[in-house]
Parts: sequence; C-alpha cells; structure tokens
Amino acid sequence: MGDADRGDKSPGNSLTASDKADFKRELTGVVPHLRAFARGLCGRPDMADDLVQETMLKAWAAQDRFEPGTSMRAWTFVILRNAYLTDMRRNRFRGEYDEGVAERILTAPAGQEEPIHLSDLHRALLTLPAERREALLLVGAGGFSYEEAAQICGCAVGTIKSRVGRARAALSEMLASGNIPQRSTDDDIAHSAILEELDMVAAGNGVSSRP
Amino acid sequence: MASNQEQGGSGRHAGGGNGGRNAAARRAPEWADGLKQLYDSVVEEDLPDSFKDLLDRLDGSDPALSSNDNGAPPQSPDGRGTR
Repeated sequence: MGDADRGDKSPGNSLTASDKADFKRELTGVVPHLRAFARGLCGRPDMADDLVQETMLKAWAAQDRFEPGTSMRAWTFVILRNAYLTDMRRNRFRGEYDEGVAERILTAPAGQEEPIHLSDLHRALLTLPAERREALLLVGAGGFSYEEAAQICGCAVGTIKSRVGRARAALSEMLASGNIPQRSTDDDIAHSAILEELDMVAAGNGVSSRP
Repeated sequence: MASNQEQGGSGRHAGGGNGGRNAAARRAPEWADGLKQLYDSVVEEDLPDSFKDLLDRLDGSDPALSSNDNGAPPQSPDGRGTR
C-alpha cells in the first residue's frame, strides 16, 4: 500500500510535457497584450519590450503556480506590473514618451474643433502617478473589470475605482486645457510652468486678463 | 447659502455654464477611445523576432530547474530523475 499514487499526474507541482505545451501556447497568446500594457506603463518601446521579456521568463519559471483555466492575461499582468514597479523603484523608467505615436491623430468627433492627438494622450498618460496609470490602462484600455483590475493590483475594488476616476479626471483636464508636459526631460520645466500659471490664476491674474 | 441655487427650476442640469471641470469630464469618451487605440495598436503589431527567439528558447529550459526558490520538489516531472 501507499504507492498507489506513483503513476498519477500530480497537479500542482509537477508538470507534464503537455502541461508545458499548453502553458506555452497560452503565454504566447498574451504576449501582444503584455507588450501593449508595458508600452502604456513605461512609454519607451524598447524598455517596454525588455520588461515583457523579463515577465515571460518569470512566468515560465513560475508556471507550476499558474492554475489552468484561469486568465493567463491577468496572471502575467501581475508579474509584469511587479517587475515594472521594482524597476521603477530603481529609477529605470522615467515615463519616457514614444515618438512613434506622434504621427497618429485621433479622428475628431463632429462638432469638435481640435482633434486630440494620440501623442498628447500618451504623454498625458505618462504624467500620471504609476498606480493611477496602471488602473486606467487595465480598465480603460485592457478591458478588465474593476474586480479583475483590483485582483491584478492587489487592492480593493473601491481603490481601483477611485484611481481610475482620478486618472480620468486628470487626463480630461490636461487634454481640455492643453497643459500637457512636453517630454520627460522637460517635465520639471513644464511642471513649474503649470504651477506658476496656477499661482497667477489663484492670485486673480488669469493668463488672459494680464495687461 | 440657498442663494446659490437660483435657476433651480429645471432641476438636473448638472453644472451648466461653467466650463472647467465639467467640460473636461464631457470630453472623456472621446479620448477613452484613444486609450484603446493606443493599446490595440500595440497588440496588433507584428511580434519582433526577439520574442519568437525567446519563446523558442523556453522549450529548452526546464522551469523546475530554473526556479528552485519556489518550493517545488527537485524531482523532474517525467520521472527520469537527475544524473
């Protein structure tokens, strides 16, 4: 007695070749999404791709912890965001902006004088604090529910809702006013320019009413 | 206090004339679509070769060997054991 389990596939810690093949197929399927999420988070395509490759290696190494039948996209996004936040703390990413999208322009809806450039949107996105940016990306671009996004970020649903709300408000404000910092390298300048302007408005000297 | 509510007649006319925040909020749907466009444009890109190479290399690497910090037993999954 006692050796009855010997030949059984034991789910959990040992993986058969077909488990690995399944895992690899699913991982391959989410790579484009990992790239899109990473690009939104860190702006620079080359850094984003590095981040995705790091994520793929980590996911592969941890594949025995993936539960088949659950969302590979959500599972790998957790790995990616953790890698991103770790790199952020090491100051590897400074929310740099992808020149490649500068050419693309959003079609202006009827009655809208000024089209919004995708490049403006992307730059505005990169000025948001990381946790608001990722919340908005997950819900607004990745199509995750608030509940799924909360699981990915390891926080309460209410927290995600509030981050998304603040991110939306900040982007709307920036896009409506046109006050979007130009480049990461100019961030400080742009930022202090905005603050100066606010100071003047607060002091009753709106920009347009200056003599 | 109540004097702020002059035009109360038509009720639910949230924030009529004062531009700023409300104008900004009403613009949201338009850029919300742009957010998806940004995301989808990357999803639809061809995968660079470096990713294909990496995926190919994964097959050759045994996850059980490359991650010995996760509490998984060192025994290889197909029972061949180690030499």
